Amino acid sequence: MEIGPYLMLASLEGAVTAAVLALTAVGLSLVFGVMRVVNVAHGEFFMLGAVLAWWVTSLIGGHPALGFAVALLSVPVLVGLLAAAADMTVLKRVSHDPERTIVATIGILYILQQVTLMTYGPDARPVVPPFNARLALPWVEFVGGRPQLYWPWGLSTTSYKLAVIGAATLVLIGVWLGMTRTRAGLLMRATQMDRDMALAFGIPVERVYALVFGLGAGLAAMAAVLIVPIQQAHYLMGGDPLLLSFIVVIIGGLGSLPGTVVAAILIGLSDGIISVFFSPTLAKILATLLVALVLVFRPQGLFGERRT
Amino acid sequence: MTTGIVKQSGTTRRGAIKTLAAGAAVGSLPLWARYTQAQTSEPIRIGFQVHRTGIGAAYGRWYDRTTTAAVQRINDAGGINGRMVEVIAEDDGTDPKRGAEVVEKFASQHNCDIGFGTLFSHVVIGSAPRAGELKLPYFVVSEGHHVASGMLNRYTLQPGITDVKSQVQAMAPFIAGNLGKKVTMIYPDYGFGYDHRDNLKPAIEAQGGEVVGMIAIPPSETSFTKYFPKIPRETEVVYHVMVGPAVLTFVKELGEFFGPSRPEIFGFIDSLEAVDMASPGLEFLEGTYFWEGMPRYAQPDQTGHDKLYRAAVGVDDNGASVSDPKDVSTYAHMFGCWETLYVIKAGMETAGYQGPADRAKLIEAVEAMRHMPLSDEHPQGAKLFNGKTHQVFGPQYISKVTDGKLLVVHTTSIEDTMYPDEVDYTSQAF
Repeated sequence: MEIGPYLMLASLEGAVTAAVLALTAVGLSLVFGVMRVVNVAHGEFFMLGAVLAWWVTSLIGGHPALGFAVALLSVPVLVGLLAAAADMTVLKRVSHDPERTIVATIGILYILQQVTLMTYGPDARPVVPPFNARLALPWVEFVGGRPQLYWPWGLSTTSYKLAVIGAATLVLIGVWLGMTRTRAGLLMRATQMDRDMALAFGIPVERVYALVFGLGAGLAAMAAVLIVPIQQAHYLMGGDPLLLSFIVVIIGGLGSLPGTVVAAILIGLSDGIISVFFSPTLAKILATLLVALVLVFRPQGLFGERRT
Repeated sequence: MTTGIVKQSGTTRRGAIKTLAAGAAVGSLPLWARYTQAQTSEPIRIGFQVHRTGIGAAYGRWYDRTTTAAVQRINDAGGINGRMVEVIAEDDGTDPKRGAEVVEKFASQHNCDIGFGTLFSHVVIGSAPRAGELKLPYFVVSEGHHVASGMLNRYTLQPGITDVKSQVQAMAPFIAGNLGKKVTMIYPDYGFGYDHRDNLKPAIEAQGGEVVGMIAIPPSETSFTKYFPKIPRETEVVYHVMVGPAVLTFVKELGEFFGPSRPEIFGFIDSLEAVDMASPGLEFLEGTYFWEGMPRYAQPDQTGHDKLYRAAVGVDDNGASVSDPKDVSTYAHMFGCWETLYVIKAGMETAGYQGPADRAKLIEAVEAMRHMPLSDEHPQGAKLFNGKTHQVFGPQYISKVTDGKLLVVHTTSIEDTMYPDEVDYTSQAF
């Protein structure tokens, strides 16, 4: 494949990764920003989203789009409620203390993973995409100095992959509007800025925490529902999103939503392009190296604010 | 209780002691009495190393069902040497480290007579050295060339399934002769994939062809489109073999990548084992070819042996579970469990196997085997066992996707799969 079309294909693949990663990482970043806790079980909420999407779509039957639409609306809510319950029953009991929360969420990680293994089983199961047309993409070449369109071999994407990018963008805009324009967003930002002051002003901080934890998990589940028709639901699928989300959140700046989105696009696209031109392993190595460099030279992340 | 009896009989202290001594003797009787009978009434214990979880789980589920069916049939016919067979299954998580621990459990904790059933090559390579150290006969059902290459030891045998080297060698003439001379191969980036990588190139070159591209993909990968642009434009045949939980995604994305202008495609059915051929997105496979170890769909010339085996394991004519048509089997591989168990039975009967002391005799008896005719015990086809390399050789099937089903178009002979010995395990000491 020539360099131009090759790069375009790589960018498209990278954009799908970036879109899903942005949703997942924004969830993680939100939880850290507001609650100051590191949610190690975040990847399992992602996995749970995919598995529940399979379950909902296989229950409903009929046209694939119907089941998928129901899954897209209901699964993030279900996972969010579960996460909020986990927050109220577990994390609240350890007073959201950072160290103990890490251990508690590791426990939640194993519980979710093993319960899925015991009920859903060890198999990867597919979800039929609501629509999936292959779109061949043209490229420009110059014949005798005049531009001419042609269709390179293998340069294509699918309508569903483009829809994933679009849907993720919409959800992210929604999250941003919710954080900046609504009362709930105001409460969350107030809690993020100063927990004690928020409490003094009568903000129900515990309830905000449960809401944020549920919202974070719901975003991960939403990302999983979007990706599961491309990949498949599997009980071990939570590992990679967790790792990549951490990388993205550290690079973007813990708790900074714009930083997280920019870092997700950076990591997603570079993962796509480096994987295509060199190897996926190299892409992971470079991402990890970038994390190390950010931690050394700009510990607050690219967009984070230095805390005193 | 004892004192109660003593009181009732109203005997003296001396008498009571006598009674107690007699009671103790009777109490201990079952222990030594069991010992003398041990050789005949204790079951033969087969430690079954199974991939219940991890990336090999789909294979594990069907290896389990096949093993259960074969053992049931062996026991219904009177067991081995008059003793029942008991399977002790342990999950290895498709993990080499856990695999070695499982082998150790079989030998020291469960008192198994033999170990059996491992599939994924990295687990076999991780476990076999431990089996050799523990002197536990270890019958693998793996396809890997690691047995016949001489990498393992005298205690490891593969008498129920052919290895990748002979499969690849038998496929190359068909690929180069019918599909094209310029081949790009896509294979999993670990032991089993390397058997394909190392053996396809010379086999294709021997047919006057050329391998123009080699693309290795980690078996835990979940997204594949990013690998496909590396397929050279001049490619005439794409040769694919993939394993892991995401094989369906792999094949689907392969189709999306090529669209209407696909080259010829030759795959190992591993890329679609346990996957329904009717899954959405697989339509492009129509007219492509697959290697099959044993035909998944019941063929028009189905043998009575295949019919019996299929019914015993609970597989319908489309290769899916009779109780759930969506639960597709790993039909091209799992026959290896059935056939291996019958080889173990034949070996134990020839060796007059009584217990772990006869393990070396069992291995010598299997090493002495040669011809295994097509039969209910060997439903996949007639086989030839090489005692020196511990590897069996047999027919291979090439199927074409026709109306969404796999139809056998070519069956290779055993001779097509033979290659010179690379090791003589019989020269190693026990």
